[in-house]
This record gives sequence, C-alpha cells and structure tokens, in this order.
Amino acid sequence: MPIISIRDLVVQYDGHRILEGLNLDIEHGETMVLLGGSGSGKSTLLRQILALERPKSGAILVKGIDITRCSAAELKSVRRSIGVAFQSAALFNSLSVEDNVALPLREHTRLAPSIIELVVWMKLAVVGLADFGKFHPQELSGGMKKRAAVARALALEPEILVLDEPSAGLDPIVAAELDELILLLKEAFQMTVIVVTHEMPSAFRIADRIAMLYNGRFTSIGSKDEIKASQNPRVRQFLDRIPEDMTKTSAVAAYFGKYLQTQEASE
Amino acid sequence: MATVLEDVGRGTIAHLDYVGSLNIQLWATLRAMGSALPLVGNRYRWQAAVRQMLQIGVDALPMVALMAICTGFILAMQGASELRRFGAIHYVIDLVAVGFTRELGPLLTAIAVSGRSGSSFAAEIGTMKVTEELDSLRVMALEPVEFLLAPKYLAALISVPCLSIISNVCGILAGGLFMFFSTRLDPLLYLRYVLDSIVLRDVITGLIKSVAFATIIAHVGCLEGFRVRGGPDSVGRSTTSAVVKSTFLVIVADAVFTAIFYFTVKS
Repeated sequence: MPIISIRDLVVQYDGHRILEGLNLDIEHGETMVLLGGSGSGKSTLLRQILALERPKSGAILVKGIDITRCSAAELKSVRRSIGVAFQSAALFNSLSVEDNVALPLREHTRLAPSIIELVVWMKLAVVGLADFGKFHPQELSGGMKKRAAVARALALEPEILVLDEPSAGLDPIVAAELDELILLLKEAFQMTVIVVTHEMPSAFRIADRIAMLYNGRFTSIGSKDEIKASQNPRVRQFLDRIPEDMTKTSAVAAYFGKYLQTQEASE
Repeated sequence: MATVLEDVGRGTIAHLDYVGSLNIQLWATLRAMGSALPLVGNRYRWQAAVRQMLQIGVDALPMVALMAICTGFILAMQGASELRRFGAIHYVIDLVAVGFTRELGPLLTAIAVSGRSGSSFAAEIGTMKVTEELDSLRVMALEPVEFLLAPKYLAALISVPCLSIISNVCGILAGGLFMFFSTRLDPLLYLRYVLDSIVLRDVITGLIKSVAFATIIAHVGCLEGFRVRGGPDSVGRSTTSAVVKSTFLVIVADAVFTAIFYFTVKS
C-alpha cells in the first residue's frame, strides 16, 4: 500500500481551479519530486498533502487515513509522522536554532531535558550545524537556515520528510550540498521524501520518481530516465527551457531592439 | 441604488464575519485554556503565559501609573473648579474615588494595553503568518490557538485587572495630593473619605469591565494577526487595525457594561 495516495484531488480558490483531479501514489521509501513551473500548482498540492488547506473534492490518504476528512486527533497523529522544511525555513526567530529543533521533542515526547539536548545535538550534527545551536535564525546564512529547518523536520524521526523548494535562492554549491544531504538522510533513515522544486539538476540528482505539474494537472509521472526521454511537449518545454509564448517574447525583443536603435541614433 | 444596497450588504456581511470569527476564536481559546494553566496544563504554555504577563503587565506599569496620576490630577482639578463654587469641594474625593474604581481605572488601563499589547499581538502573529511560522506550527501538530493565543489570553486576563487596580490606586493618590496642596486635607483623612465613598460593588464592576476589556484586546489583536494576507505591509495594517478596533470595542463594551450596572442598581 502506498504511504501517500492522492485521489481525484480538486482544489479551487474563488471559483478558479488550481488543481484538476490529481491522482498520485507515493510508495514507502521513495523520493518523489514534484516538479513544475511557477503557478503550476505544486505549492498548492504540497499544502494539501500537509492538510493546511481543504480541497473542493477528492481524497489524500496518508498511511491509510484520509486527511481531508479525518478527525483532529487523527490529523495530529498523521502530522507527527511528517517532517516539513518550508521554503522560507520558517524557523521561529524568537528561539535559538537548538530550541527550534527541541520544540517538537518538548511538545510531543516525555524525554528528559538532557536527552532532548543530546537528540538536538545529533540532529544538528547530521545537517552539519552542531556548532550553531546557540545561534538565532537571523544569524545564519540562507543555506544554514534550510539545513536547520531540515534538522527540525527530522526531530521526531518522521516516516515522511517534505521539503519545499530546498535549493531555491541558494548558490549552486550550497544547493548541491543540500541535495547530497537529502540523499544521505534517505539512505540513513529509510524515509519517504517529497521534494517540491523547479530546479532541474536538483530534481534529477535526488529523485526516484518525478511528477511534473502543469496548470494544475500532472503532465507526466515517471522515473528520472522516463522524464528525460519524455516527448510530452510540456515536459520538453520545461527541460529544454523554451519560453511560454514565443509571440510575446519576440514582440518584446523587437520592441527593445527598436528602443536600442533609437538610443544609439540619438547618441 | 443597487450599488448602495450592495455596499451596505457587503459591509454588513464583513462585520458579521468579523464578529463571528471573534466568537469562534474565543470559544476555541477557552477550550484550549486548560493547557496554559499552572500544574494541570503544559508547563511550556504556563511559562509562555508568565512571559506574556511580564510584557503586558509589568512593562506597562510605569505608563499606566503615569496616565492614572495625570488623569487623577485632571479630574480633581476640573471637579474642584466647579464644586468649589457650591462649597462642595469635598465631593472631589467621591468624584475621583468612584470615577476611578468604576470607570477610569479600567478604561485607561485598557487603552494603554490596547496600544502596547494589542498591536504587539497582531504584529507578532501577523509576522509569523507571513513567514510561514504558523504553518510550521500546524505541521508540527501544534495548534496556534493553543500555542500562541491561550497563553496570551490567560496573561491578559490576569494582568489587565491587576493593572486596573494599580491604576485606581495611582489615580486616587493623585486626587489625594491635589486635595493636600489645595485644601491641606490630611492624607489619612483623605484615605478614610475614599474608603467611605467607594463600596465593594464599585471595585467589582470595575474588575468585571477590565476582564471584558482584556478579552477584547487579546482577541482582536490576535484575530488581526491571523487575518494577515500577503506581505509585511499587511502586518503594518493589521497592527493599526488591532489598536483602532480594540479601542473602539473597549469603549462600546464600557458603555454597555455601565448601562447594565446603572440600570441594575436602579432596579
């Protein structure tokens, strides 16, 4: 049985359809990358998987529980098995990094403070931030914040790790380091990992399977090689970086060309 | 004509929606209040409530005391200038004592706390919403109402009545100082007149009002934070809105309570 199963999911805001009848199964222990351009609906899908919003129709089963209809207690138990690192890291700025990581442990376990301290140190060591526990989030770089968010997501040893745009806004070296960290975590903890991204190199490095979203629908779901070999025009457009509307692009280019010519003429 | 009716209808629905949201939030907070209580609740919530008490109560103490002293002087001087003409300057004591315990102490405190803490609640929660910290709490199976609102509400319920009592004392002391310098009235005699002029009912009605004001300030401030949409600019708007709405609602509630107490005394 898949650990996450999305069935006929429809999401609508103010009469505007964002997701159109999505179906997707994510198996235990696999890394599923949700790939898509801006406005494709991938962040909306992620918010649905995390039960932060309710869909118009359809179901999302996480470990067999339909999180769109379940009770608050069931949702709480499902959420405890999911670790999430948001795009903005979403660390609590009023708390130090170690207190951020300790928060879920203090709230959901009865561990002694000394054990919590040890667990926090271990989680921070896993992401390479063992020496930065006393720092506050605003004192960290972008890449360090994301790693601290991953450490917090790992605090309760979740079965499912969700990463929203982990490499967005990072330089290629730090982004590559995060990719290696995700691979390491998956191997070490045997977790199911869901990554939302639009970064192609990152997606092809970490994914077992890729689900490509376009205008609220999956245009293609498959392994890395299947996606690379896909002849679906939308997948090709994304992989080959072809602009959306060539007519508009050429019109803008012509306008700028004309503008530059007039500037040169006036000089 | 249709546009006017549409505007009136939209405005009415928006106001009803706001009042409904306040009620829903209030009940949700009351259900979660147990977690913030000492001994029986979660010790981290109680610690958060104590921190909030320091911010709402102790930090506001100098401001509230100064406001009460100034207002006590003003009330005594304004009262004396009129009452002196009728040879009834001793009624200044009743005016200040009853005026503060029933009305001015709780009202001045509420206005000060609304400006300091109501805006701070809105800014804190609004910023947390913009930076995805609220989503982060939810996915960690922590309810923002229990985690953020319950400690703040409990702290306000304790701090605002305490500040009101201090405000009453400061206002009445200011009246005593005025009477000493203007009529050489012995301070101990002044105190005895004060105790003769106020009855327990005056103090209790003042405290009932201050509990209601604390509820309004905490809930309007937090609701404005939760309703933030968009970026940092909307946090600024919600902060202003929290102060304006809570001050307005405090004065409306004061009028309602005063009317209730006035008519119940008559009957």
